[in-house]
Order: sequence, then C-alpha cells, then structure tokens
Amino acid sequence: MCLGIPGRIIAITDADRLMAKVDVAGVQREINIACVVDPQQAPDSCIGSWVLVHVGFAMSRIDAQEAQQTLQLLAELGDMQEELDAMQSTARH
Amino acid sequence: MKYVDEFRDPKRAAVLQQRIKRLAAQIFARRRRPLQLMEFCGGHTHTIFRYGIEQLLPDSIELVHGPGCPVCVLPRGRVDDCVALAQRPQVIFATFGDAMRVPGSRQSLLEARAAGADVRMVYSPLDALQLARSHPRREVIFFALGFETTMPGTALTVLQAAAENIGNFSLFCNHITTVPTIKAILDSADMKIDGFLAPGHVSMVVGETPFHFVSDHYHKPLVITGFEPLDILQSLWMLLRQIHGGYSRVENQYRRVVASDGNDAGLNAIHQVFELREYFEWRGLGSIDHSGVRMREQYAAFDAEKKFSLANLQIADPKACQCGEVLKGVIRPWQCKVFGDQCNPQTPLGALMVSSEGACAAYYNFGDQQALLRLREENGASV
Repeated sequence: MCLGIPGRIIAITDADRLMAKVDVAGVQREINIACVVDPQQAPDSCIGSWVLVHVGFAMSRIDAQEAQQTLQLLAELGDMQEELDAMQSTARH
Repeated sequence: MKYVDEFRDPKRAAVLQQRIKRLAAQIFARRRRPLQLMEFCGGHTHTIFRYGIEQLLPDSIELVHGPGCPVCVLPRGRVDDCVALAQRPQVIFATFGDAMRVPGSRQSLLEARAAGADVRMVYSPLDALQLARSHPRREVIFFALGFETTMPGTALTVLQAAAENIGNFSLFCNHITTVPTIKAILDSADMKIDGFLAPGHVSMVVGETPFHFVSDHYHKPLVITGFEPLDILQSLWMLLRQIHGGYSRVENQYRRVVASDGNDAGLNAIHQVFELREYFEWRGLGSIDHSGVRMREQYAAFDAEKKFSLANLQIADPKACQCGEVLKGVIRPWQCKVFGDQCNPQTPLGALMVSSEGACAAYYNFGDQQALLRLREENGASV
C-alpha cells in the first residue's frame, strides 16, 4: 500500500471527477489525478506525464530532471571512485 | 519501468558501498561504537531485505527497522472492530489485501470471510465507493489505513461520496501519522537512534518542513529516501556524511518524487476531512499522542465509528509476541521467542509477520533461515 508504482497518464476519462487512464507496465487502469493536476491548466495537460500511483491515486509527478541529476551525481561518484582507486593502486608501487 | 532499473544498477551500488565503508570506518575510529540508523518505513525495510542491503554494510552500521508498516502496528482491538463490522447483516466490508490476515483476538478478516462475512479485497478506496454505488441496499464500509501516503486518497474518496450524496458508504478510519511517532521514538529512553531514513512517500504528501524538528531540536540527521536499492544506499551515505561532518540537516535524496512543500491538493483534502486524535493505540508501542486522525464532525455521516457505535476495546498483544521490542530495535526479529516456529507468514502470531513490509516477514522471506535459527540457539532467544 505504501509502495507506489510508476505509470504514464494516457487519457482523461472523466474531467469532472479528475479520472484518467494510466498505463503501468502494459496494464491499463483508471485512476484519480486530483493531486497532480495543475489547477491553472486543463486536465488534458497531464497526458503523457509519468506519475507515481498509490491505491488508485496519482500522488506525484516523477520529475525527469531531478531523476537525471541524482543519477548524474551517482555517476560522478563512480568516476571519482575509479580515480581514487587508481590513485591508491599507483601509490602502492 | 521508469527510473526503476536505473536505481538498481549494481555498478553504482558497488561505488556507494565503497563510499559508505570508508566513511563508516572513519566515524567508527572516533566513536568506537556502531551507528544505529533507523529506516522508519516498512517499504524501506522491504527493499533492504529484498536486496540484501544489510549484507553490503560494515558492522559499524546497524539498521533499526522502524514501526512504519501500518498493517503491522494495527492493534488487535481494531481488528476485532473490523470483524464485528464485517459480521453485521447488510454490510460489505472492503479492505486492502494486506489487512486480511492480521490476527485479531479471535479472528482475522480472512477467517471472518470464511465464516460467512462479506469481506472484499479492494485495490483503492474508489473501488469501495464503486461497490456502494452498485449495491445501494447494502452498507459498504472501507477499512481506511495507512500513513499520510494513503490519507489523501481516502479523503478524496469521502469528498466524492459527499458530492454524490452516497448514503451507504462509510470509513472505518485507522489512519496514522508519521511525525508524532518519530518524536515518540526520539523521546523513548531505550532507543538511541543516530539518524533517520525518512519515508519518501509520506514526504511526497507532507513535504520536508514537518521533519525539521528532528535536526533542529534533536540534532539528528534525516534524509528523505526513495525505495530502490540505490536510493537507500545513497541516503545512508548522505547520513554518514552528516554524522562525519558533525552537522544535522533534513536532506532530500528522493527529489524526483518529493517536492519540498509536499502535495498541496493532497494536504488540503486531508485537512478538509480529517483531524488529529488526542492519541492512538499502536500494536507493540502502546498509546502515542496525536498519532492518528479521525473524521471531522462535518463528515460524521461517513464515519463508521459513529454510524455503528463501535466498542473500541483495547486488547493486549499476545504474551509470547515481542513485536514491540522488535519495533523499537531493542531485539532483532530472529531473537523473538516465537520467530519462525509458532509465528511465520502462513500463521502469523505477531503483526510484524503479516505484511511483506513487516520486519519479521522480511527476515523470514529473505533471510537465511537456518543461519538465523542457529544464531538464535547460540545467542539465546532474547537479549
């Protein structure tokens, strides 16, 4: 119940009740999108967004830029680790 | 799946592991005692066991598995209330699957169903509302439980029911809150937690601010953490960096999902429908102030507690169970007297064995059983 599952909004099914169809790894289901709709924009603007789904509700948009930044940081740590390892191994000789 | 595989990359995990080892060694050289870091959330416990993260960590880091599994901390009296509601004529009792096997003092919901009660498993509170629409002559009661993660969904469902004026739908509200519980842990005399991995999906709703007291008043580091193995490792490394640097902050590792202000629409729905209870009873932990919510008077028509005047009896945990000590990190799951023998996932005695997010079920399913039982024989059942 606490573990969300990522899905992509593919259609708005009921704009009044803020219901949308979401594709989760090939399985399609109707969910509520009240928590991810931008109140300034039409619900249609959500189509194509990746969201995290909990108990039938999209609870957060997955921010691609933030995800990339975290992955980038992890990659940089890896590069640095290789350099450190290289430094250590050459220092022994 | 989107940003799932990327956060399970073994190469990146190996790098983080090296980083963690190096920092932990430096910290240990100064402190001369292991660090106790708590993952509060059952979802994190699940990831930790599923990917064997404890085996990747040096001995100088102990992970304490916190009480953040709503199914696990449900007291027996509440399960008895569920069964009593489900046994009423005309009632359809709708619940998440996780809650079906939680033992009450006499029966679980699963057993009540076998004995004839109309208990139905649903994926979403909206499914329960749909049951009410399609069975207008029946009373549909949804068993609402979970932390702030699932609260907006339940609240929005009640608002929808109110908007449609659906009279045969109500909630049995057992939602619990994270922040008062972390405070209770920090105030507890027998716990010495050095840092927290904070629940990512609770934070997605409430944001970063409610956790600031942990760093500001208790001077403990806290990192809001995602649910993939790299998320956990990176967050552990971030905690160590704070401890090594001698500072305490709230940091957000899970920025791809958690906005610092949380989710406005979700918080509004929660505040509209729910209010804090004075206290709430937890299995294994006892009563914790302000750790649960109830429905506001305005929505009393949708409150099963008022509609069906429940007994709300307090029933003590089974004597043999040591769930409370495990929840507080005083003993490890395999050190419990009944672990694996009388209490196992097929016939759980204690709640921690029921849900896959419970620490005991995680140890049972993913741990080396023989090794654990051997350890228990060598070290004694309890410490």
